Amino acid sequence: MTLETLALIPLLPLVAAAITSGVQCGRRSAGIAIAAMLGSCVLALMACSESWGMAADTHKTFDIEWLTVGGTAINFGFVLDPLTGAMAAMVTFVGLLIFIFSFGYMKDDKRMARFFCYLSLFAAGMLGLVLANSLLLLFMCWEIVGVASYLLISFWNHKPEAAAAGKKAFIVTRIGDMGFLIGILLAFKSTGTLMLYDGGAGLLETGMAGTVLGFKTAAVVSLLLFCGAAGKSGQLPLHVWLPDAMEGPTPVSALIHAATMVAAGVFLVARAMPMFVDGGTLPVVAWVGALTALVAAFIALGQYDIKRILAYSTVSQLGLMMVGLGVGGVAIGMFHLLTHAFFKALLFIGAGSIIHGCHEEQDIRKMGGVWKSMRITSIAYLCGTAALVAFPFTSGFFSKDEILAGAWAAHRPIFWIAAFASLLTAIYMTRQCLYVFTGAHRGEHEPHESPKVMTVPLVILAVAALGLGAVARETIFAKLPGSAFPHETIVIVVSIAVALGGILIGWLVYGGRELGEAPDPLAVAPLREKLWFDELYAATVGRLWNLMAIIWEQLNELLLFVRDMAVALARALSSAVAIGGDRRFIDTFAFDGLCEKLRDSSWAVTRPQNGFLPSYLRLIAFGAVALGLLLFWMI
Amino acid sequence: MIALLTVIFSFVGALVCGLMPARWHRAIRWVALSTAGLGFAAAFCCALRYTGPGMEDIISRTWIPSMGVGFITGFDGISLPLLLVTGLVAVAGVLFTWNLDHRADQFYAFYFALIGGVYGVFLSMDLFLLFVFYEIAIVPKYFLIAIWGGAKREYAAMKLVMYSFGGSALVLIGMLALFFASGLNTFDLRALMEVDFSSGLQAVVFPVMFVGFAILAGMWPFHTWAPQGHSAAPTAASMLLAGVVMKLGAYGCLRVAVGLMPEGAMVWAPWVAVFAVINIIYGALAALRQEDFKYVIGYSSVSHMGFVLLGIGTLHLTGMTGAVLQMFSHGVIGALLFAMVGTVIYTRTKTRMLDELHRLMERMPGIAWVFIVVALASMGLPGFSGFVYELYVILGAWAALPTWIVIGAGLGVFATFGYTLAKIHEAFFRERSTGDDASDNNNGESDADYPPMTLPEKAGVALLLGASLVIGLCPWLLTNHIAGSLQLLLNRFN
Repeated sequence: MTLETLALIPLLPLVAAAITSGVQCGRRSAGIAIAAMLGSCVLALMACSESWGMAADTHKTFDIEWLTVGGTAINFGFVLDPLTGAMAAMVTFVGLLIFIFSFGYMKDDKRMARFFCYLSLFAAGMLGLVLANSLLLLFMCWEIVGVASYLLISFWNHKPEAAAAGKKAFIVTRIGDMGFLIGILLAFKSTGTLMLYDGGAGLLETGMAGTVLGFKTAAVVSLLLFCGAAGKSGQLPLHVWLPDAMEGPTPVSALIHAATMVAAGVFLVARAMPMFVDGGTLPVVAWVGALTALVAAFIALGQYDIKRILAYSTVSQLGLMMVGLGVGGVAIGMFHLLTHAFFKALLFIGAGSIIHGCHEEQDIRKMGGVWKSMRITSIAYLCGTAALVAFPFTSGFFSKDEILAGAWAAHRPIFWIAAFASLLTAIYMTRQCLYVFTGAHRGEHEPHESPKVMTVPLVILAVAALGLGAVARETIFAKLPGSAFPHETIVIVVSIAVALGGILIGWLVYGGRELGEAPDPLAVAPLREKLWFDELYAATVGRLWNLMAIIWEQLNELLLFVRDMAVALARALSSAVAIGGDRRFIDTFAFDGLCEKLRDSSWAVTRPQNGFLPSYLRLIAFGAVALGLLLFWMI
Repeated sequence: MIALLTVIFSFVGALVCGLMPARWHRAIRWVALSTAGLGFAAAFCCALRYTGPGMEDIISRTWIPSMGVGFITGFDGISLPLLLVTGLVAVAGVLFTWNLDHRADQFYAFYFALIGGVYGVFLSMDLFLLFVFYEIAIVPKYFLIAIWGGAKREYAAMKLVMYSFGGSALVLIGMLALFFASGLNTFDLRALMEVDFSSGLQAVVFPVMFVGFAILAGMWPFHTWAPQGHSAAPTAASMLLAGVVMKLGAYGCLRVAVGLMPEGAMVWAPWVAVFAVINIIYGALAALRQEDFKYVIGYSSVSHMGFVLLGIGTLHLTGMTGAVLQMFSHGVIGALLFAMVGTVIYTRTKTRMLDELHRLMERMPGIAWVFIVVALASMGLPGFSGFVYELYVILGAWAALPTWIVIGAGLGVFATFGYTLAKIHEAFFRERSTGDDASDNNNGESDADYPPMTLPEKAGVALLLGASLVIGLCPWLLTNHIAGSLQLLLNRFN
């Protein structure tokens, strides 16, 4: 891999975004975007295979000197190591399948061209973030991802909920980003560089000395970075935006909320792992993750919207990834991230296919009997479910097993929380599948199977969801830094027991029950209402916001007055300059005036030549006298 | 020899266009496009072959031996960006004048005579030759404006030529003073650069020569020819005026005045910086008040040229690199702004008065967006060349000049934001403030959509905006060469 080929990975989608912004035809736009994504996918796979050949703990850097200003160079660059290689390959591969799926899903949308433009922009930002070798570049791409996801979530902005959800996602993640930005500034202040790896001088190689407010700098910076990560990855208490973001088109949910954007936070923690180790802040990460996993799994039990269940499930799984990073290091967390990306993308686009087949119905109470009419989608969906509940020997089983083993070795309470969250996962997924697939159809229209362009990606992802675990365990997992933990018997037993037990409980509760309008035994009010997190925010943050708004409004009046004065001053000045200075003085008075004088002088000189003989004679006489006097005076 | 091809191609093209019958205007425009394209290709080859930092591709012939005049050409990292920008603007100028049919043969004859002169100035390594090309570049401007121009064209053309010749006269005086003071009986710039002129002489001759050149760069208070001349000129000519002719002056200031008289430059540098800041702020404020769209762009050129002068006034490697980069950046962006206003918007709306434009954002959304991007690029949006040069100039000023000048420049940047955003609002988002009766009478028609951009227009926009984007993203492509050659020039300081 050279700098150029590596740079092409994010640049291809970026160019595609630029081109498709000017394309009206949806099919052409989709073609350009998919071709670009295919190109980056091939390159990313090449990069990934190269990174596997690298020695452990080496990082190949590719830097460009962007600007040299008086001796200080501002560098931008990319880094290639197993972490970025695996992540880039996953993002491009899953992204490519989702792009293809979207081509079928958005076929009837009038703004399909614009949709692919946003998708490409999103992919470009995400890939830049993954490959970045500078915290600054990473943050810039991070913000591109934020903007693109805002555009995508509120894509159907004629729906007020979609517009509101886009805004909410943007604002809530910005709260975390603020911490991230402060962390970047602090890191720059204490080390003088923002490069991650720089031949021994990078941010992650030197370690940060000194203290801030009595705490170790590394601890403060890593916690600030974790703020950003928690915002993007929907960790407690910043998880509220993620389920609302399901208002976007389903491929967006799959792309943003399964494979890529929400994984960005987890990736950031993995990337900055040396800093977390240095600062000793990993237990914080693990605890936040564990609580998130538990709370979100509970809430998922009480939801009726097929996509919302998956959304809370995503939040819960992201929590587990954080647990993995917190207790065991990069390898364990990233392993689960990779397997999750495949099976959750599968579940989301499977849900999309079901929604499409059920005529845009998202409420599981109005589904049922989907198994009979959508056979391919159903099988694929069940494969994804198996992986999510960690059914033995699916990909999810292998990665979750590692997390539990790590937690057992590191911290027992976390182990039990994670195990309980896994039990809940199995229960809510069983509940959802029984609602959707069994019984008779409860909606108005009969469901129908989706076209090939949508089912083929499903099948590919289903194969990956089932088989990837064992493969990845031997390849990617072994290459990533971080130690593997011994698998005690009790860990394996608990792991299998919660998966099978959860399915059994779900079956016992919902099997044979009348589903639909009848009350649901587990969907009790607190869970249905998402533990009142939104209300909590409205009562605290919202109130504070209103109060501040009133104060600010008064201040604003003052500022408006000052602004009006400033504008009036600027207007007066510009009039003085343009009319008084230029038009009146320089042009009319100075330049035209001078030209006028020049013309006048010529008139004065030509006037004596008036053709009258007497006046000529007069002048001759005058001249003769003057000459005579001159001669006389000189002699 | 490749560098000199730019001049040869242009003059040959001028001759060919001039000899073709006027009624063949469709053929003439293809000849013009290929002439401009060949010139740009030659300049581009120079850029590819240049290794730096010294003078390369030198051709040296004696011309008038009794007066020590030689025909010496060559280029270095300072002239290279200017050769490129001349080529780019020449090609884009033809693209934006694609439908010209009024005396097209003569138009392109003058057009390429002007371009040949400009290339010649950037390539001359002999002071006398430089002056000759400088004069060659002035004459065609008069005809381009006086024949194909808009309102008040005779007045504007005459004013422009008088200012230009006024400047030339000052330059000639300075040139002769240096020629006789050196005692070498040569106009060879390389030889003259080795001479240490006495401090007293430098202190007297430097301002004369600097002002002489700076008049063409639009230095306050000798700037009023610029907005007026730009506005009266036909689009292609105003693109050349803003894009490259104003750079001739700045190039002369840098290469001749500063290059030959370092001590004089050090004496006068603070004054140069003061006048530069006045230029920046004055131009921006004046732009804010204009009602004619072309005047707005004309004054913005004056303001932007202030940054070039400020960069030169720092006498600091970073600041001067920014100055040369700005010559390139404003060359492409300024020319593009004139093209957008003078051709793309004017041919559709048939007016340039801002208060007669009516809801353009809805009626020409594509064009409006392109214009907004171009305007933001000229304002210094990161990712475009405007951001990079501004960074260099301000940092250079910070390092070399008193703080209050930097604050003044900062205010200038702020004022730039002000007028750019205010004028974007007035042009595209505002409903017509006058003439409501007219729109009532024929409503429907006045709200109709305008046609989208034509293919040549799109190509021109892509060419110029793309150049700005490439340099904005990969500034090292130019800055390495610029800084290398400037370092050679600055070695004579201290």
